[in-house]
Amino acid sequence: MYNLLIGGAAGQGVDTTVAILEKLLKRSGYNVFTAKDFMSRVRGGHNFYLIRFGVEPIYSHSNQIDGIVALDESTVKIHREQLKENGFILCDQDIAKDTDTSFIVVHMNEMAKALGNPRVSGSIAIGAVLKLFGEPMENAGAVFASFVKQQFLDINMKALTEGYESVETRFMHLQGNAAEQMLISGSNAVALGAIAAGLRFYSAYPMSPSTAIMETIAQNADEAGIVVEQAEDEIAAINMAIGASYAGARAMTGTSGGGFSLMVEALGLSGMAEIPLVVIDVQRPGPATGLPTKTEQSDLKFVISASQGEFPRMVIALRNPSDAFYQTMRAFNMAEKYQIPVILLSDQYLGDATYTTKAFDPEKIQMSVPESDYTGHGEYLRYRYMENGISPRLIPGKTEQLVSSDSDEHDEHGRIVESAEVRTRMMEKRMKKLEILKQELQEPEFIGEKSFQTLLIGWGSVWGAMEEAVRLLNQDKNGNAYAALVFGDIYPLPTKLLREKAAEASRIIDVEQNATGQLAALIQEETGIICDDKILRYDGRQISGEEIAEQVRKEGIR
Amino acid sequence: MKAENFCTYETAWCPGCGNFVILECLKTALEQLGKNPAEVLVAAGIGQAAKTPQYISANTFCGLHGRSLPAAVAAKIANENLTVIVDTGDGDSYGEGGNHFIHNIRRNVDITHFVHDNQIYGLTKGQASPTSMLGLKTAVQVDGNNNEPLNPVLLAMACGAGFVARAFTGHKEHLIEVMKQAIEYNGYALVDILQPCVSFNKINTFAWYNQRVYELDDTYDCHNKIGAMQKAMEFEEQIPIGVLYQEKKASFHQKNAVLKAGLPLLDRNTNTNYVNQLIQSYI
Repeated sequence: MYNLLIGGAAGQGVDTTVAILEKLLKRSGYNVFTAKDFMSRVRGGHNFYLIRFGVEPIYSHSNQIDGIVALDESTVKIHREQLKENGFILCDQDIAKDTDTSFIVVHMNEMAKALGNPRVSGSIAIGAVLKLFGEPMENAGAVFASFVKQQFLDINMKALTEGYESVETRFMHLQGNAAEQMLISGSNAVALGAIAAGLRFYSAYPMSPSTAIMETIAQNADEAGIVVEQAEDEIAAINMAIGASYAGARAMTGTSGGGFSLMVEALGLSGMAEIPLVVIDVQRPGPATGLPTKTEQSDLKFVISASQGEFPRMVIALRNPSDAFYQTMRAFNMAEKYQIPVILLSDQYLGDATYTTKAFDPEKIQMSVPESDYTGHGEYLRYRYMENGISPRLIPGKTEQLVSSDSDEHDEHGRIVESAEVRTRMMEKRMKKLEILKQELQEPEFIGEKSFQTLLIGWGSVWGAMEEAVRLLNQDKNGNAYAALVFGDIYPLPTKLLREKAAEASRIIDVEQNATGQLAALIQEETGIICDDKILRYDGRQISGEEIAEQVRKEGIR
Repeated sequence: MKAENFCTYETAWCPGCGNFVILECLKTALEQLGKNPAEVLVAAGIGQAAKTPQYISANTFCGLHGRSLPAAVAAKIANENLTVIVDTGDGDSYGEGGNHFIHNIRRNVDITHFVHDNQIYGLTKGQASPTSMLGLKTAVQVDGNNNEPLNPVLLAMACGAGFVARAFTGHKEHLIEVMKQAIEYNGYALVDILQPCVSFNKINTFAWYNQRVYELDDTYDCHNKIGAMQKAMEFEEQIPIGVLYQEKKASFHQKNAVLKAGLPLLDRNTNTNYVNQLIQSYI
């Protein structure tokens, strides 16, 4: 497995360079995982990408680096200490300021200028990296053609070849079998899941790091028959999604924590009026503006209780792009079946990182079809009391029945009431849906040794790091075996497997990207199970598998 | 003047409230336009005026305070066959929902917005609204309202609205005609309807409005924007009612690449071939 860091300032075209390189590596058979660390600025600053590739599956970044591609000086300054022995720093003459033997100097800017376009220096770097890792050039033409405009293809291919010829091979090509897999980010997987689920209306206000979802849906909206509307604020975004859903269009909105805060009242409207709604919160560190382009998992307790009053809702944490695709599809089904808001929780790390994953199969999720007409007995009542709490939902204008919808407490017709009896029955009707929903919750993913002593617990995007940490810890063969539970469905909390595995564990360690251990608190509230230790990170950077393993080892083996 | 299809319900309004007239005129306008209740959606936020959907036989959506416009325009985007009417108050439309008011004019979705403008907050029992006049004393504005009243019809024109009208509950036949024109207009249509609040607004009473309003006649050119903006500023001594400004504009559906041709949005199916192509593009 190799680990490459590419760093530069915003505006240097690093994003495209990385997108081409990771695709080339994947096409040659490697499993690829790219984590992205941005600063909140359009020009300047320091952005870097960690591209990890190998023949084995990779779901987490590593901070031990085989090679650095430095497009600016700060990349060298900040990251050279992470370089492994024999690691290299590929850069231009002006950046290699000392006589460190790890420098591989390629005159990228000069070469690019000589070719006639300074912007092709990134392609020179790609060529050099391919050669350093013993990669063939045969896929390059097709991949470049999908990223570069036709009129610039020739010059970029020339730049690639010159870069290729400028260095010697240092690492051996490893033959993986991931060529036919997808390489996709969490946010793009959410967008694809929504499109595959039959999304018709997406309204949002741009907010990092959620905007990529809106952009990807918008770029495919014409062909897929979706209206994407940029709302004037997040309050409008969610109320629009609710209005579209009421009128029969599958609707979704997306934001980050700050925007979600504005959406809170309308979340309750979806619950009260029983209008299906899918909302994604791509988390970033808060509170307030926080760290706009960094990562955190600190909205869990907020989203499970957001909005006044009590109403049924479901919260699903996304663990990886495959999960993001299928769970987004499922979210629409759950929202429609129970006529509730379903909240998806992602974060900057998962949203922006690209993973190699098995090609998605949309047919795995059978989408629900709304009722075409009223088939029940007696008068059609939008909020009819039902055994399971789920009243027949019709689409206004599609039948002769009238469909009313109300944010006030209402009777079966959907008209305002203040009667204590109706209030009680309506509350029970709505809350009953949650009890039925609990029967189809998905248990957390179990990773590791069947027979174990130490159990790690986490949720959402830490899945990749947990998977690697458990693998590393079990390789220690120190007499202690490790396992992990990583939650996807998180509210209501599925407790069956948790109780079972917690009972077998001699030690439970909670791993979360927040300061207070929000999942641990939820678990304690729901089950009484107390985590013995916590590994918490809240500096805006994602923990890696290696770091979790190291911290577990440091705590000692009990 | 009867509107049997749209039914009559018991209301929670004060006797003498202008809302009764607006409700009655709305039902008549819909009836005269030959609308079937099942193709009509009446939406509102929260407030006394916003209870209108509760008392009409149609599809109804009572959402959150100030948020009726985003929900209503999205319902129209989803199903262009619905006749979508927002019937709600001045606080809901211009106060809590002010941002949505401005931006939905820009969107120009084909909906009709009837604002029951009594220049006071009714449901919360008599505080100043965005259109309250200077000096109005209330339990909150104890020394009188110091904030300039907002001119909704002038603001709507400045934002680019293609249909802007003012009406008064004291002129029922006129109100019905304006309502019908607004509903038939293709695009966002605003009708600011002056109505007395018999319980809380002791300045802008029925008599106050009645002495001031006059109907615009055939000599008025509602297609001249500058003239219309000047007309919209008349309020203190004389208040013109009728269609103040009208202009043919491309509606949201006519402008939107997805909506301008093909089935209503909610009747579209997922293009599975396209989804598979999209998945392939990531390989």
